[in-house]
Amino acid sequence: MNNISSMIAKRMGLGFATIIVISVLIFLGVEALPGDLAEAILGQQATPETVEAFRKELKLDLPPHVRYFSWLGDFLRGDFGNSLANGRPITGLIGWRLSNTLFLAASTAVVAVPLAILLGMLAALYRDTWFDRLVSVSTLSAVSLPEFFVAYVLIAVLSVRLGLFPSISSISDEMSLGEKIHGIMLPCLTLTLVSLAHIMRMTRATIINVLNSPFIEMARLKGIRQSRIIIRHAFPNALSPIINVVVLNLAYLVVGVVVVEVVFVYPGLGQLLVDSVSKRDIPVVQASGLIFACTYVFLNLLADVLAIIANPRLRSET
Amino acid sequence: MKHLLTIRNLEIEARADEQWKPIVRNITLTLDRGEVLGLIGESGAGKSTIGLAAMGYTRTGCRIAGGSVLFNGTELTTASKEERRKLRGAHIAYMAQSAAAAFNPAHRLIHQFAEAPVQHGLSDFPRARDKAVALYERLFLPEPGKIGYRYPHEVSGGQLQRAMVAMSMACDPDIIIFDEPTTALDVTTQIEVLTAIREVTRQGNAGAIYITHDLAVVAQLADRIMVLRYGELIEEGNARELLADPKQEYTRELLSSRIIGKPQTQSEDKCYTVLEAENISAGYTKDVTVLDNISFQIERGKTVAVVGESGSGKTTVARVLTGLLPPSDGKIIFNGKEISPALKHRDRESLRRLQMIYQMPDVALNPRHKVRKILGRPLSFYFGTDAKARERRILELLEMIELGPEYMGRYPSELSGGEKQRICIARALAARPDVIICDEVTSALDQLVARGILKLLRELQKELGVSYLFITHDLATVKAVADEIIVMLQGKIVERGPKEDILETPGHEYTELLLSSVPETDPDWLDRLLKGRGAKIHKMHEIS
Repeated sequence: MNNISSMIAKRMGLGFATIIVISVLIFLGVEALPGDLAEAILGQQATPETVEAFRKELKLDLPPHVRYFSWLGDFLRGDFGNSLANGRPITGLIGWRLSNTLFLAASTAVVAVPLAILLGMLAALYRDTWFDRLVSVSTLSAVSLPEFFVAYVLIAVLSVRLGLFPSISSISDEMSLGEKIHGIMLPCLTLTLVSLAHIMRMTRATIINVLNSPFIEMARLKGIRQSRIIIRHAFPNALSPIINVVVLNLAYLVVGVVVVEVVFVYPGLGQLLVDSVSKRDIPVVQASGLIFACTYVFLNLLADVLAIIANPRLRSET
Repeated sequence: MKHLLTIRNLEIEARADEQWKPIVRNITLTLDRGEVLGLIGESGAGKSTIGLAAMGYTRTGCRIAGGSVLFNGTELTTASKEERRKLRGAHIAYMAQSAAAAFNPAHRLIHQFAEAPVQHGLSDFPRARDKAVALYERLFLPEPGKIGYRYPHEVSGGQLQRAMVAMSMACDPDIIIFDEPTTALDVTTQIEVLTAIREVTRQGNAGAIYITHDLAVVAQLADRIMVLRYGELIEEGNARELLADPKQEYTRELLSSRIIGKPQTQSEDKCYTVLEAENISAGYTKDVTVLDNISFQIERGKTVAVVGESGSGKTTVARVLTGLLPPSDGKIIFNGKEISPALKHRDRESLRRLQMIYQMPDVALNPRHKVRKILGRPLSFYFGTDAKARERRILELLEMIELGPEYMGRYPSELSGGEKQRICIARALAARPDVIICDEVTSALDQLVARGILKLLRELQKELGVSYLFITHDLATVKAVADEIIVMLQGKIVERGPKEDILETPGHEYTELLLSSVPETDPDWLDRLLKGRGAKIHKMHEIS
């Protein structure tokens, strides 16, 4: 077990280094954006003197590396600074948005991951039957359509035609959990459809691959039922690739939902990011970017650790 | 007249090149309670296929095309899937060749033991667990109460194989199919497993089918033997009678392939040492030494055999000599000159003079290269031979390994296992080496094919004066080819000397153990051996 903790420590160190590198990239990227915040906010009528004074106030006149380190230092202390656009502390702004994004991601994951794994196992169990083909074709078509298209089709059918769910998923703290869930039904469904195919196909492929192993033949010759062979003999040995693809999809649910959030006007981090870019609200953009990076690094770390715990051989040896 | 298992006119086909081709033809056999039937033959004889068919099971791509498999009144060829499933494990159990592959790596041994009885509704877990512990104890597994709670990778190969014997007994089956249960094991471990299998077949009233390619092994266990070849029955009879007096030429050949060829009495040239290893120590990590202060010489035109069990460091010797694993200490002297320990610092000339032949010809040949390219590559690499001369030399090499010129345009997949190994030999010879390291070169081959390869190697040695370093765990091979023997145990050389001396008067306890563990075709061999060793059977673990 000691070895696992030392391995985790090593991975965390690497993850931290990754985040630092990403922070540099984010900073440089944002620097490279055309235009100037002060001019953008003050408008074209502003005199050069007022622009200059405003830049000074925002510390935009300092050299980039000074700004980078002071930004990073603040970030590590949990202080993301103030929004340039409206002067409010970013921590509060992002905090609420992030919790909304995580809520949407978690709700989707709760539905999509078990469903995808179940479908993958069933497809492996009934390999090359009409069921297998149906699942493969439908999940594949869902993943090949652009997200916004899936979203609009769902709105057209479930919201406009049948009136089951709202097409705009605005949620607020006053709403009860049930109301919230009702509100996010459509984005949740869209994301489920989009992420289902990856996990399901990976589950199916790995399980089918494991089914060729001698220990599966042995289980068959022991007279074990096919369903039990898949669940008890094949699945535990297929876990590591499945965990990886699940975690990558979780990361996508947090980080990649920008389009879906915009379509459904959902108050999540993705939408905030888009708004802030158009408003040139640099600190918000940087903070969201870094939060996305941390999410990715953390989830990948989680995948590694879970893959090791799932494998008795690695559990005792590494 | 009513047998436990009756197979009549069994025909099995396999799908190859879009066509169904017969792989088992017209096999008829019966099995009664308390009887052990040996199925013997080389690979491709269809023996495993018949064994599985006795459970109503065929591998993917195979089908039962005709005949009947009648078990205890149930016709398995027409029974429903569910009926067959209920029989498997509960009434007919299977024991696979490699327990390491056949145990699920994700579950503890005892849960895998208990799975069949619990799933078939014959027992509950506590009862199955107690039974497992009792069986583990009977099969001399260490700490029988605890060993079941380990994962497959946490026990040794021999222990795992015995745990598998125990598992096949979990439901007290009527028939057990043993499919090459000792083939993957070292000789000393093989004895433990053979003893275990005999223990379970002798006392129960189950019938057993024992599948193997090794006559000596089957002689210890079987009451009756069926010799198979290309899916057809060659000969059948009472084990003792068949071994004493085989009627068919093929059976005689199989039997004689165990008998050692005459030791070559070569003209005694001047003794000239080609390769010398001096005080070599090596390890894969800093803390673990795999080789501990090893020294030996190879003389020109001679064969040195390195014997030992898996984990004794034999293969590491080859890795050190070839430079794949630079030793932590010691010198390698080639033709009187010390050569660089690391592969990348060696010049082309010393690379050329030391060639290697591997255990698995399948993976040692690039499947996308034709034989012409495989053999041509060392010619242009070492000698810069031009196209025309290369073609001539390839023909010459093919002739040396007794293959025709038509093989030049073939891919490895179009060759048999023995032919592939011959190509590997030719590839090594193409470099005109002084020393060839042969790493278990016959282990993956059938007996008759292996004998052909050994004969070829010996003739080539006589002709070309090349030296061999023969790494093997098979003492029959050693007897057939070696001039000198090095016995290794845990990274050390425990004994070294001329073949005759070592074989006749082994000086070390371990060598003796190793030698006496090689199965003989005498059906009473195992009994005598065990009587002789008596209580020592447990001590074998401590030594090895």
